[in-house]
Amino acid sequence: MTAMSTRAILLVRMPDAGRFPCPRGSDTAKVMMIRVKDLACARGPAQILAGVTFEVASGAALILRGPNGAGKTTLLRTLAGLTPPLAGQIECAEDAIAYAGHADGLKAQLSVAENLGFWAGVFGTRDIAAAVDAFDLTPLLDRRAGEMSAGQKRRLSLARLLVTQRPIWCLDEPTVSLDTQNVARFAAAVTAHLAGGGAAIIATHIDLGLPEAVTFDVTPFVAKGIRADDPFGDGFDEALT
Amino acid sequence: MIGLLRRDLALAIRAGGGFGLSLAFFLIFTTLVPFGIGPDTTVLSDIAPGILWLGALLACLLSLDRIFQLDWEDGTLDLIATSPVPLEGLASMKALAHWITTGLPLVAAAPALGLLLNLPGPAYPWLIASLALGTPALSAIGTFGAALTVGIKRGGLLLSLLVLPLYIPTLLFGALCVSRAATGQDATTPLVMLAGITAGVLAGLPFAAAAALRVNLR
Repeated sequence: MTAMSTRAILLVRMPDAGRFPCPRGSDTAKVMMIRVKDLACARGPAQILAGVTFEVASGAALILRGPNGAGKTTLLRTLAGLTPPLAGQIECAEDAIAYAGHADGLKAQLSVAENLGFWAGVFGTRDIAAAVDAFDLTPLLDRRAGEMSAGQKRRLSLARLLVTQRPIWCLDEPTVSLDTQNVARFAAAVTAHLAGGGAAIIATHIDLGLPEAVTFDVTPFVAKGIRADDPFGDGFDEALT
Repeated sequence: MIGLLRRDLALAIRAGGGFGLSLAFFLIFTTLVPFGIGPDTTVLSDIAPGILWLGALLACLLSLDRIFQLDWEDGTLDLIATSPVPLEGLASMKALAHWITTGLPLVAAAPALGLLLNLPGPAYPWLIASLALGTPALSAIGTFGAALTVGIKRGGLLLSLLVLPLYIPTLLFGALCVSRAATGQDATTPLVMLAGITAGVLAGLPFAAAAALRVNLR
């Protein structure tokens, strides 16, 4: 129909790789969780990235770096399946990715327990206790999300990741509005997730001190002809932080 | 998916959820008609079926833009789209929640308002039946319209323009059913047509709504 049809789009779903939870322990062989090859991503009508290639094994974290508007958000949205890729391959297990974007995705009228309980229902999991503990939300359980501070909302939003029980976390600027203590709490949660056989792809500008974190700069993959300050990039939201 | 429905109902009942707004609009709209038309009971009973159906339709329209817009604004829609719940299921649950919070109260309130408009006695069962069978179609069509306009700032007017023409068949057969019953004629045929429209809409539009959501989430 259009130029779209000439582009090869191949999404390979591997049924067995990355099943969660993976066996704990350092002696287990590294399982490849997600493999991305020659991926081209677009945001709206504009192509943002081209030729992105990387792979993340279980227990590893990929830290996305790049200037504002380079395409970190676009890459994460493509990996999460919100935006179809223009070309290239994403190999990962079906329903393996838990995505967290700039917005918290909370309902102001519902309490902390109700918000987490809702996501537990959506993802077919039951237990919210581990998520509550990891982000110290116990004193806030009955508080409505609308009556919480930005940092508290962020903690609740991040606690949702534990509730999903999915092996691959795709996080977009997860530490926004968190204080030092809660950044440490978040880093501990990610470390525990990786130790349990999970993987994480995180766009962030701060050093989380994660073991086995690999930095991946998206700048070389910015599609030619696209300005780095493209309005469809993630520059706007980052400028607010 | 039941969790989605329960959450939507809880949000509708809590402060700021807008539950009852449509019902209040329906009450006021129908009460205003005698003031505009005059207290002539024969004229009122002639136009009552049309007015009641039109009021229900406009009241439904009032709350459509909230269906996906709030979830889109706070990022919940992105998160649900990456969850195991299919968007078709989300659209069905949203339509069902809209019907429970909007359509069902309208069905319950319509007989009382029929009394106000001097609707003839034999028409009441048909009024209830036609609204009960017709309002689910209004919610399903509205959900499709809301999915098309999600992400557009103040898309409510555009939504009305898209949805109102699609409401015509339901309005036509719904009002015809009640007015035939009011004049002592057989109202079965328009009621069956109405049920047919609703069945077709319920079967097809959740898929269309999900496709529209996928495009708008890109």
